[in-house]
Amino acid sequence: MTGPSSDLTGSVSTTEHPAVEVRALRVVLGEQPALRGVNLTVARGTRLALVGPNGAGKSTLLRVLAGLLRPESGEVAIHGHTLASDPWGLRRAVGLVGHHAMLHPDLTARENLMVYARLYGLDRAAERVEDGLRAVAVADRATSRVATLSRGMLQRLTLARALLHDPAVLLLDEAETGLDGRARDLLAATLEDASSRRTVVLTSHDLSYVHEVADEVAFMRAGRIVERVRTADLDAAALRQRYADALARRPVAATAPSATHVAAGR
Amino acid sequence: MPHAQGRTPFLVTVRALVWRDLLAEYRSREVLGGGTVFALLTLVVFNFAIDLRLENAAEVAPGILWIGFAFAGMLSFGRSFANERERGTLDGLLLAPIDRGAIYLARAITNTILMGVVELVSLPVFVALYNVRAAWGELLLTTALGTIGFTGAGTLVAAIAANTRAREIMLPLLLLPLTVPVLIASVKATAEALGARAAEPLPWLQLLAGFDVIVVAASFLVFEYILDE
Amino acid sequence: MQPISLPDHPAKPVTGFHLDPKTLFLLGAATISMLAALYAALLYAPTERVQGAVQRIFYFHVPLAWTSYLAFFVVMVAGIGYLWKGTPFWDALGRASAEVGLLLTTMMLLTGSLWARPIWGTWWSWDARLTTTLLLWFIYVGYLMLRSSVDDERKAARYAAVIGIVGALDIPIIHQSVVWWRSLHPESVVLASGGPAMPQSMQLALLISLVAFTILYAVLVTLRLRIERLRQDIRLLRRRALERMA
Repeated sequence: MTGPSSDLTGSVSTTEHPAVEVRALRVVLGEQPALRGVNLTVARGTRLALVGPNGAGKSTLLRVLAGLLRPESGEVAIHGHTLASDPWGLRRAVGLVGHHAMLHPDLTARENLMVYARLYGLDRAAERVEDGLRAVAVADRATSRVATLSRGMLQRLTLARALLHDPAVLLLDEAETGLDGRARDLLAATLEDASSRRTVVLTSHDLSYVHEVADEVAFMRAGRIVERVRTADLDAAALRQRYADALARRPVAATAPSATHVAAGR
Repeated sequence: MPHAQGRTPFLVTVRALVWRDLLAEYRSREVLGGGTVFALLTLVVFNFAIDLRLENAAEVAPGILWIGFAFAGMLSFGRSFANERERGTLDGLLLAPIDRGAIYLARAITNTILMGVVELVSLPVFVALYNVRAAWGELLLTTALGTIGFTGAGTLVAAIAANTRAREIMLPLLLLPLTVPVLIASVKATAEALGARAAEPLPWLQLLAGFDVIVVAASFLVFEYILDE
Repeated sequence: MQPISLPDHPAKPVTGFHLDPKTLFLLGAATISMLAALYAALLYAPTERVQGAVQRIFYFHVPLAWTSYLAFFVVMVAGIGYLWKGTPFWDALGRASAEVGLLLTTMMLLTGSLWARPIWGTWWSWDARLTTTLLLWFIYVGYLMLRSSVDDERKAARYAAVIGIVGALDIPIIHQSVVWWRSLHPESVVLASGGPAMPQSMQLALLISLVAFTILYAVLVTLRLRIERLRQDIRLLRRRALERMA
């Protein structure tokens, strides 16, 4: 049984950097602390799910991993690249599917991907774009303006965008919500693709889905990781129970709370 | 696994972004349509506000022209960054291994080109409505230089204003005082292009070119501090 | 029970309004120097022949102009400091200097207007110095409004720093362009006093006044800076407290 905020180290060779390494990460958004000291190590090829209630900090953590958000303090390394030492390496190593599609509605599917191919400086750009479109089954709508695509197609195209530069780490922020059946299958297939040794970190509310697709699950609550388990060790029902337990447990605070109650903004 | 290394080359990035923005504008014609109509409307309405007699037209009219361009410009810069935020495409750019300054430069170039189109349509109308004679070469050059300066600063300020609560107010409030030198020089140079000869003429065009270099260089250097999360 | 403490100093009790020796000294220095300036300007300095008693505004108007620009220079330095070091002190300095600077600039413009009226018969003249200062006034306003219209405090600080730097660098350019613009309308007489050959006593009065207003600026900024730092501390404490609650 793992304690709070501890990490599981897989069989990682000592000379190779783990896919994700996070130490004492603190992030403040506006006035609110969003991440309060997160420690995380993810071995290469792992599929990790972050599960937690709204406001737990899942999306924030993903954004920090993607290099979009600079933390207040702490360190983040993706395959050994950090924002300070090698921001370009970090950005190439991650692909993010977030809440926004990040696609221009007035451009066609193909044009959108071409822009990203160029921004990533990819060689054989046109070829890669075609491959990408085919892989997510949007090739027949390649010349349609993105604004005209259905939600499922849009999400598939977004996935294509995130994978275009073949990132080592794929970050999915509740990517499975609102998907049509085809897109879900596609997403699952992408996640299954173990041969590429791509690491996946995804967030979700859906524990059965998580049990299906993830190797490991980390429960997040109020800006911290409270527990981490392997899905192989539990069935879906047990996982749900563990999650409920983790949420119900009283938090282990660093120091005892002060007697003068400072009102927490909730 | 990586198919490319390090930072994507600067010019490649700028070209890709300019292509994207111009293509998008071509599809939607949002800025061109709105901007042109607005500029023309300003020219017409000011005619009622200011009494122009034939003798002083060349002196007074340039001011009206540049007010029209300034307001049409501010309208269009404002929209472009607001759209980026709404669609989340700015995040898409920030994810990519590109120079942050390239984002600024590409946007400034696009805005300048779009403003240029608006002005190309407005200038003949202006000359006709206000009954002035123009040395067209000088007039076009002046307009181009003035636009580069105004748009260069405007792109930077619009990026800031896009993240504020009262975007529509913040943009003019911040931009207009800062671009007074560009506006003064543009108006004076335009007046010369329309035939107004001052007692001691100053090299307004050269001054304008100087301002442009300073404005664009400063904005480019400072832009990354605005984007950093 | 462990108190929540701030990074750079241990928990200090704040017991309401108190005049510590340092504050007393600052207020005293400002008061004394301003009294000296008032004496010098209104009594000591001789009455100017051409303009009469009204000319005495000069001893306030010029120092106000000087401090207005000094304040914005400090805003620029604070902006550079913030972008470079990132510590909240620089941000607080920028805000403090901008608020005091806006006050001083407003007074400069008002005294300029009050002076212009009896001399030229107009409340305003578009002469280069007044015009540039008017634009400076707008840049101050823009700077302060920008701070209040951005929700994230770190973003607000960064944007303000950028505008502060850009604005300050722009001021000389604005001034020069206004001068060139004005050269085509050489009707206004430079608002000076007796030209280059100012009698010793006038020079002395001006000097005293300059020093006094500079001290006033420094005192006001110090006090305002202190308040801002307290406010920052409160925010930090609140954040720390929130972090402790799960």
